[in-house]
Amino acid sequence: MSLDLVVNVAIAGVLTGLVYGLMALGLSVIFGVVRVVNFAHGEMMTIAMYAATVLFTTLGLDPFLAVLPVAAAFFVLGYALQAGLINPFITRPEHSQFMLLVAVAIILVNALLMIFGPGARNVQTDYQLESFEVGRILLDKSRVYAAALAVAAAAALFAFFRFTLTGKAIRACADNYLGAKVIGLNVKKYYSFTFGLGAACVAVAGCAMVLLVDVTPGLGPYYTLLAFVIVIVGGLGSMTGALLGGVLIGVSEALAGLFIAPSAKSMFSFGLLIVVLLLRPQGLLGRKP
Amino acid sequence: MKRAVIGLAVLAALLVALPAFAGPYALSVATLILYFAYTGQAWNVMMGFAGQLSLGHSLYVGVGAYTAGALFFHYGVGPWAGLWLAMALCVAFGLVIGFLAFRFGISGVYFALLTIAFAEFTRIGFDHLDWLGGPGGMFLRVAQRDAWDLANFRGPPLMYYYAILFLTAGAFLLCFFLLRSKAGYYWQAIRENEEAAQALGINTFRWKMAAVALSAAMTSISGVFFAFYYNNLFPEQIFHISRSIEIILGPIIGGIGTLFGPILGAAVLTLLSDGITEALAALGWEIPGIKQVFYGVVLLVVVMFLPHGIWPALYRRLGFHK
Repeated sequence: MSLDLVVNVAIAGVLTGLVYGLMALGLSVIFGVVRVVNFAHGEMMTIAMYAATVLFTTLGLDPFLAVLPVAAAFFVLGYALQAGLINPFITRPEHSQFMLLVAVAIILVNALLMIFGPGARNVQTDYQLESFEVGRILLDKSRVYAAALAVAAAAALFAFFRFTLTGKAIRACADNYLGAKVIGLNVKKYYSFTFGLGAACVAVAGCAMVLLVDVTPGLGPYYTLLAFVIVIVGGLGSMTGALLGGVLIGVSEALAGLFIAPSAKSMFSFGLLIVVLLLRPQGLLGRKP
Repeated sequence: MKRAVIGLAVLAALLVALPAFAGPYALSVATLILYFAYTGQAWNVMMGFAGQLSLGHSLYVGVGAYTAGALFFHYGVGPWAGLWLAMALCVAFGLVIGFLAFRFGISGVYFALLTIAFAEFTRIGFDHLDWLGGPGGMFLRVAQRDAWDLANFRGPPLMYYYAILFLTAGAFLLCFFLLRSKAGYYWQAIRENEEAAQALGINTFRWKMAAVALSAAMTSISGVFFAFYYNNLFPEQIFHISRSIEIILGPIIGGIGTLFGPILGAAVLTLLSDGITEALAALGWEIPGIKQVFYGVVLLVVVMFLPHGIWPALYRRLGFHK
């Protein structure tokens, strides 16, 4: 096995990992603010992927253009989901919230199965087979674009939380629920807004991911678990942590697939999760709870 | 209380007599209900009594099933011997997870995700264990379905029905006495407020470990039952997170922390799932996924409107508290 191959696979892992990171960023933002673990996260991701394939096959819309309408729709749906279903649950015990989102996940994944059937779908663009050549390293064009999109979306989200008043208000709600209420913030509205943002992250990640893998309804639970692993490794609630965790998991999956067996790749992710939970339960970049 | 005892006695008598008037199909449904009732009861010890949310109970079912199954498959050792090894292994797994989690102060969502991680890790590991059949599965020899071969736990469906009925009744009684014992009170104190429990001098670490060990041991028996009832084991099926969710739906829907909740929840969910299948077949709407969509919607409605489960709501209506 040549070093070139290993480097190539590792770099592909980093690029895919950035897309994973964006997906996990959605989960992390939702948990960090709303304190609800979104067990339907991967299912939302597959819906975004299906939306991108449908827009591609019916309207010929490139997934990079489909990002805008899909993200907008996801924002609205996420907002509605939080406002309608999850807000009444925020004071309930964890297992109750868990059940609610499991029910949502069951409905979503099987609705996809009903509509699209169990077969795999994908998009085929003309740049998917092309690659950039940097010295002896080959980079798939679609993977580079997908990673760039993920980074751009993550940067936009960072900027939003850092520089806008709404972002500041959301951070206030996350820091101190009661304090935010006392100064007159409509906390539940901001929760809904946050869930919408998280869903929009997933939408962008889904549109990017559809260029890299085929989509089936069964991918949902896999992505949910993957997003959990990433945010815990990176630190639940930490935004940079989610991206770092995504890259780590992306590389470890890619290298495990190369050195051991593709089917064993997520075993390493879970192994990494167990190690991180035990040695640094708040995650690599998380603050101590 | 008196009404509750009478109600329970009537239910027990009905269940014992059920095979006399139930067909093979109804018997298999009843077996499935009792299987989920028993496993839910086992999970409830950990979550309902001691407040430790495990989302990876398929780990114990799978390890139990594979241990007893492999001993039978490779060496012809019957389940009565295999049961003890299965139980010991599951308790060991549970203690390792519990030790790591509780020593390092992992609780709540993090604990739940740790249990998922262990179950998934094991699932993928078993996929790569050729000795146990790997992803292609392990199949136990099916012999002589008519005669009761109790030594090897092989026999007609009736035998499995009574076995699981016995297990469910045993687990119910065990939990009944546990809840009224010192352990039960300690667990409930830990569930309600761990710091306060510790301040009262309860060794919370030890009692949480005890809850995990007992729950794992009870769940391992479900696994052994599963292996010999279904005769085929696939890591993808038995360890999958959807199995863990299936196990805990019953107690949550029925009423977490209650004695009768897991049984009621298992019955409601199994009958619901069966009813939906038949209703959809009658209507001719047999699209893959449609059944689960209905199931999910019902689940959603129950969780939204009965936050404590069905049993606590029903309990008062039936006048059992008098």
